[in-house]
Amino acid sequence: MNSIIFRTVSRLLMGLMLLFSLFLLWRGHNEPGGGFIGGLVAAAGLVVYGLADGPDSMRQILRADPRSIALSGLLIAVLSGIMPLVSGSEFLTGLWLFIGATATDKGLALGTPLLFDIGVYLTVVGGVVGMVIAIEESL
Amino acid sequence: MSQTSPRAGFIVGLLTAAALCAWFGAQVPGVSSGQAMVLVVDWIPRLGIDLAFRLDGLSLLFCLLITGIGVLVMLYTSSYFKTHRDQGRLQWLLFAFMLAMVGVVTADNVLLLFVFWELTTITSFLLVGFDHENRKARRAAMQALIITGGGGLILLVGLLMAADIAGTYRVSEMIASGDVIKEHHLYEIVLVLILVGAFTKSAQFPFHFWLPNAMAAPSPVSAYLHSATMVKAGIYLLARFQPSLGGTEIWFYTLSIVGAITAVWSSIMALRQTDLKLMLAWTTVMALGTLTLFLGSDVRIAVLAAMTFLLVHAFYKCALFLVIGNVDYATGTREVDRLGGLMKVLPVTGVVALAAGFSMAGFPPFLGFIGKELKYEGALAIAGEPYLIAAAALAANAMMVAIALAIVIRVFLKGKTRSDREHIREVPWRMWSGPLLLAAAGLLTGIFPDLLAKSIIQPALSEVLLQETTVKLSLWHGINVPLLMSIATVTIGFVLFLKSVTIRNRLNQWMSAWPVTGDRAYQSALGGTERFSRRATDRIQSGSLSQYLTIIFSVFVVSVALVWVTQRVSMDLSSLTEVPLLALVICTLMIGATVVVAVSRSRLLAICALGIVGSGVAILFLIFGAIDVAITQLMVETLFVVLIAAVMIKLPKFPGKEHPGAAGGFRDASIAIGCGLVIGLITIAVGLSPLDLSITEFYEAASLPEAYGRNIVNVILVDFRALDTLGEVAVVASAALAVIALVTVKTQRRSS
Repeated sequence: MNSIIFRTVSRLLMGLMLLFSLFLLWRGHNEPGGGFIGGLVAAAGLVVYGLADGPDSMRQILRADPRSIALSGLLIAVLSGIMPLVSGSEFLTGLWLFIGATATDKGLALGTPLLFDIGVYLTVVGGVVGMVIAIEESL
Repeated sequence: MSQTSPRAGFIVGLLTAAALCAWFGAQVPGVSSGQAMVLVVDWIPRLGIDLAFRLDGLSLLFCLLITGIGVLVMLYTSSYFKTHRDQGRLQWLLFAFMLAMVGVVTADNVLLLFVFWELTTITSFLLVGFDHENRKARRAAMQALIITGGGGLILLVGLLMAADIAGTYRVSEMIASGDVIKEHHLYEIVLVLILVGAFTKSAQFPFHFWLPNAMAAPSPVSAYLHSATMVKAGIYLLARFQPSLGGTEIWFYTLSIVGAITAVWSSIMALRQTDLKLMLAWTTVMALGTLTLFLGSDVRIAVLAAMTFLLVHAFYKCALFLVIGNVDYATGTREVDRLGGLMKVLPVTGVVALAAGFSMAGFPPFLGFIGKELKYEGALAIAGEPYLIAAAALAANAMMVAIALAIVIRVFLKGKTRSDREHIREVPWRMWSGPLLLAAAGLLTGIFPDLLAKSIIQPALSEVLLQETTVKLSLWHGINVPLLMSIATVTIGFVLFLKSVTIRNRLNQWMSAWPVTGDRAYQSALGGTERFSRRATDRIQSGSLSQYLTIIFSVFVVSVALVWVTQRVSMDLSSLTEVPLLALVICTLMIGATVVVAVSRSRLLAICALGIVGSGVAILFLIFGAIDVAITQLMVETLFVVLIAAVMIKLPKFPGKEHPGAAGGFRDASIAIGCGLVIGLITIAVGLSPLDLSITEFYEAASLPEAYGRNIVNVILVDFRALDTLGEVAVVASAALAVIALVTVKTQRRSS
């Protein structure tokens, strides 16, 4: 689609959507959002960019093969499940780390569920974008 | 697998076989004193299935044969296939087969027995089909797989029923419940099922035809599988279950009749052959028939005849198969009419052929003579039909003499070989040492039968008869009926040999007029199945997407509606709450958009309208407070529209003639409206039914203190039910990979 307006806007849109997707991913544990939705938003942003500039530019911006992204996402999710096994808990039990916690505030909460969500995010992004690229390239 | 090192497979196989053989040999004193060795390892304890192995006299007899002959055959193969590129594969397969076979004869759990049983089937499929570029070999492999594998499945049913009746999965414990099984009203069915398993494996009439066809396998494979071991698995099964299932009239008559028919018929067929290997194959079927015949009775001498003949046959038949392999290797042919006088050029092979052939013919002082005498003695001792059985044994043996003479005299002693080879020379040592050992065993144990009698045959016999028994074998019994029968056998055999060419021609004339053979029946059954499935598939899988969708959705509507009507589902609509105005507006918009999708003749318009429907759903979610779901729906909808638009735009314009027309349109519309109604009704019904909120309440209470998250939806996704999510993500990833692979393959094919 050779339209300079669409191309310019799509870049802006993609940047915003990627940022928004990270925001969704991060806040997902407490507010509406999460890895799945975040991944879909990011994929949508990338797809819009790809519509304007073609599948090759999508590949360039991803740097990695979408299939690798999807599989590494899956790997991260599995890893987050294995980590609690090391400390003797069941597979996929949440482990948490509270950085700078005080009596009233939990501080920065980092846990394996977040890692798991990142895995979901990457799988969705890689999977959806990979499919779209493959289909667009085949046309 | 062609890359596997031939040496590795050879060395591992040979060493394991030799070690196992030595170990089994070392167990002879213990086992022959009546102590069975037992090994039990838990497998699936919850189902009561364990890896139970038991080594008793009967198992030991088979184990020694399997591993001992395994060593010789592997040694032989390493030379026979020295330059073959797939030698490694063959060696590994032989090794795997040997282990499976040892498993069959030592398994004490019926399920374990079945697993090993089918493992031998599978490995034998691969071994028979070793020459996989040859159409005949592939067909033979498939046939052996279908018949013995199918028989194995039938056997499984029989074993499970027997286990259920006996209340134990242990083969050794079933013997104690033999009377319970025999008096059970399902006994006949159990028996038939188990016998079908044994008969298919051991090539009994009417399943016998796969064995001669399996001669497409390389000679060492035939020597190993089709003479000494695999085909004897059925015989093993008969001997093993003789105490628990045998001793009844149906057992006796079935085994005697089937065994007799198999033995006589196959020895006639053997006379017809000109290919030496096929000759041997048919005589193997004859031997298996004889074994079945004698296992039908529980008279001591008959079972002793079976056990002895089992050993006799393994020795001479394996040696002869390897001899034929040598002849083929040296001269390039197996046709009896082209061969002759090979004794001069293949002296060692010739001596082996002489010794093994005489054992086969039952001449003294070879073990074969003892075997034959015992057979006659056993036949006469069987209470039911002694004369019939003796006559069958005599006829089969006489023909066996003729064949043995044909191999020894025609091929090795008289005449001249017409071969394309310029120099025929003796085969390498690894190819004659195995057969030589086997032939020597046949001679030695004939002269000194006590080598086998006490240590090997007696324990096996006690296991089948369930009582201590003493075995004494000797060459000379004095002048008695069996000896007279022996003389008659040799005389008739000699006459048959002299007339063999005339007999062969006459038989060929008859056979070409013979209406049914097992092989042809198999072929037409297979062809019929293929035709039927092709027709059924063509009918069901027409390839028309609209037809598939019509069927799927019609079935859905009709089945749900049927349940709705027959169960008289009633709904109390008065409890429905009022719908917000905004939602009503959105719904109206969506209905309008749906109509546009259905009637539009422009693809782009239809896609956009479809997008409106999806977005409408997202807004509805938003109105009712499900923000997460709304965002997801919106994103999915966006991606969907993008993808569909990209694909659809490339398609040709709506072709006018594919439009379904008035009647088709009416049909499609009614299915669509029916679907909508059904879904709508279900949704309302679900909404009306009282909701159990306890799970929701648990999550509400536990989410923050236990999982440190306030967004319950997400906490469920990544913590409480993270395993589900993991499964879903795996599905997403694999679906994406599959789509990418499919689309990319198509693209590449088009560009190339």
